[in-house]
Amino acid sequence: MTELAASDPLPKPKRDIAPILLPIALALVMIPLVGSPSTWLTLTAASLAMGMMIFIMASGLTLVFGLMDVLNFGHGAFIAVGAYIATLVFAPFAASVQADSLLVNLAVLAPAALLSMAVSGALGLVVERVLILPVYGQHLKQILMTTGGLIVAEQTLYALWGPQIIPMPLPASLRGSFILGDVAIAKYRVLAMLIGLAVFIAIQLVLNRTKLGLLIRAGVENREMVEALGYRIRRLFLGVFMTGSALAGLGGVMWALYREQVHASMSDELTVLIFVVVIIGGLGSIGGCFIGAILVAMVANYGGFLVPKLALVSNILLMVAILMWRPRGLYAVTSR
Amino acid sequence: MMILSGDPPRSRVLTLILVVIILALAATPFLFPGAKALNVAAKICVFAALVASYDLLLGYTGSVSFAHTMFYGIGSYAIAITLYGMGPNWAAVATGIVVGLPLAALLALAIGLFSLRVAAIFFAMITLAVASAFQVLASQLSWLTGGEDGRSFQLPELLRPGTVLISKNLFGFEINGRILTFYLVFAVSALMILALLRVVNSPFGRVLQAIRENRFRAEALGFRTVFHLTYANCLAALVAAGAGILNALWLRYAGPDTSLSFSIMLDILLMVVIGGMGTIYGAIIGATIFILAQNYLQSLMGVASKAASEAGLPLLPGLLHPDRWLLWLGLLFIASVYFFPSGVVGRLRHGGGKNAASSH
Repeated sequence: MTELAASDPLPKPKRDIAPILLPIALALVMIPLVGSPSTWLTLTAASLAMGMMIFIMASGLTLVFGLMDVLNFGHGAFIAVGAYIATLVFAPFAASVQADSLLVNLAVLAPAALLSMAVSGALGLVVERVLILPVYGQHLKQILMTTGGLIVAEQTLYALWGPQIIPMPLPASLRGSFILGDVAIAKYRVLAMLIGLAVFIAIQLVLNRTKLGLLIRAGVENREMVEALGYRIRRLFLGVFMTGSALAGLGGVMWALYREQVHASMSDELTVLIFVVVIIGGLGSIGGCFIGAILVAMVANYGGFLVPKLALVSNILLMVAILMWRPRGLYAVTSR
Repeated sequence: MMILSGDPPRSRVLTLILVVIILALAATPFLFPGAKALNVAAKICVFAALVASYDLLLGYTGSVSFAHTMFYGIGSYAIAITLYGMGPNWAAVATGIVVGLPLAALLALAIGLFSLRVAAIFFAMITLAVASAFQVLASQLSWLTGGEDGRSFQLPELLRPGTVLISKNLFGFEINGRILTFYLVFAVSALMILALLRVVNSPFGRVLQAIRENRFRAEALGFRTVFHLTYANCLAALVAAGAGILNALWLRYAGPDTSLSFSIMLDILLMVVIGGMGTIYGAIIGATIFILAQNYLQSLMGVASKAASEAGLPLLPGLLHPDRWLLWLGLLFIASVYFFPSGVVGRLRHGGGKNAASSH
């Protein structure tokens, strides 16, 4: 123990940068393996875009768990709901979507995304009150309840929209690629990256620069202590849950545009992906979630290019590798 | 009492229901003519065993695994691939069993050891991820598994429908290979359920319950919880693979939709919760209710949907469409977690939801 004088600044917490270096190192290692630099750039851009979309969907889940110890297996439902709501806006404005003007396109896209977020967020409110409130602190029942919620949500979507795949064409001005030399980067991926980065920065600012964020971070670390200081953590949690649901809805819209189609089963497929990301990142950690999402996307893209057969199990291999290194995920923020 | 391992149903109504179900299943070939009734009865038997093995995990150790269909699928595919590759003989059946069961147990061991290294809370998520990867793998390795089409195969001579064992003029019923297969399924399922009953009522089973209630305390009492949980995982996987073998033998087919899909996992979860967690008997009741609903409720819903659309009601025809029956079961599922978490069996035993099987 070293003596600390009262006037000394508080010792700074150590910055753990190994996880941040991981995706960078992975990308660099891939340069010689992929061979052509232009292919590598395209793949890297694709992974970053996909990673950002996954991050947007997963960020809510990780905070919900971190803050309230709630395992939400129905998170995928918000994604699907968001995507379906967007099709509702897209259908009547098909002409504006196909107009070759970025402004006109965005005038449809932005309200669609906002409406999706609003509906997903409202659904989050209902789910939290009806399904999760009665089973606080009981993991088994939480898993059962939210799984039941997922079934009901998926089946309701089928009942309302029918079981067919709904096409969701990309707006005209977002199609095609930017060509830089012999590198082609799809325009939509650039947009996805920008939105993802904006969401990440916004979450980081709220968490690190506001009182609300301070309370959320404190709640993740020690719930009882925050309650003992007189804050109503349940209300805080409800807010986080609704925000997370809304972000999942936004992610759903973006994913639907990325795949150019909407189907209720997208919630199943993405749930697994999101879980892998959240586990890799460490439950409750936004930074870990961000890195995890990029890692998962990188492994999927590079893996799909180099060894297509391996891509099927690449997520699991990545998860095993990370958990062997750090059994509680990249950043273990909760004490549980 | 010996055969039930000293754990009788402990409720008159429950005993009556169980006896009726078991007698009805046993007498299905004679009571209910037609292929559909026999199929439903065989499916109930297979699923009762499968759900009972899941109950060992969910109800007795309190851990939620989403990889149970994976073991079920391993059993199904093992028997399908060997019978498909080696031809319809008993050596192929034996090979399938000898390969399938240890494979399932080994995989369960690997998952158990791996997820015990990481935080316990990850277990459900990790099993979900592993199971989905396995499902993709099975549909992609088409040279081995037949891909999305699965594998159809022929059974050994003795079990084929064309084999007449006792002709019709002896008892008035024809006993053929199909009925023999049904009784094979029935008997092996019953044996597996009785074996599980034995396991949960052994000292080992008591330790599992202790771990469910409070893992920390169980560890403090000197039990190696890691060993117990992994062992329970392997046992459950073995029985699940056994049920998978029976399922493949009955269907003469193994494919992603009948043995691996995520919807089967949800079905199992629904059956356990509706029947009653931590009771084993709940598996029989849950499987019976669920599969009867699956096979007969749908036609009822079809009628209701038609009536609703003829009456010109909005929304209802879509919600009542036979394909949406899972919606109603999902609601029933949520309602049962809410109102009677101990399921049908718990309700009958205690007359209320007070003694929930598990709440952690």
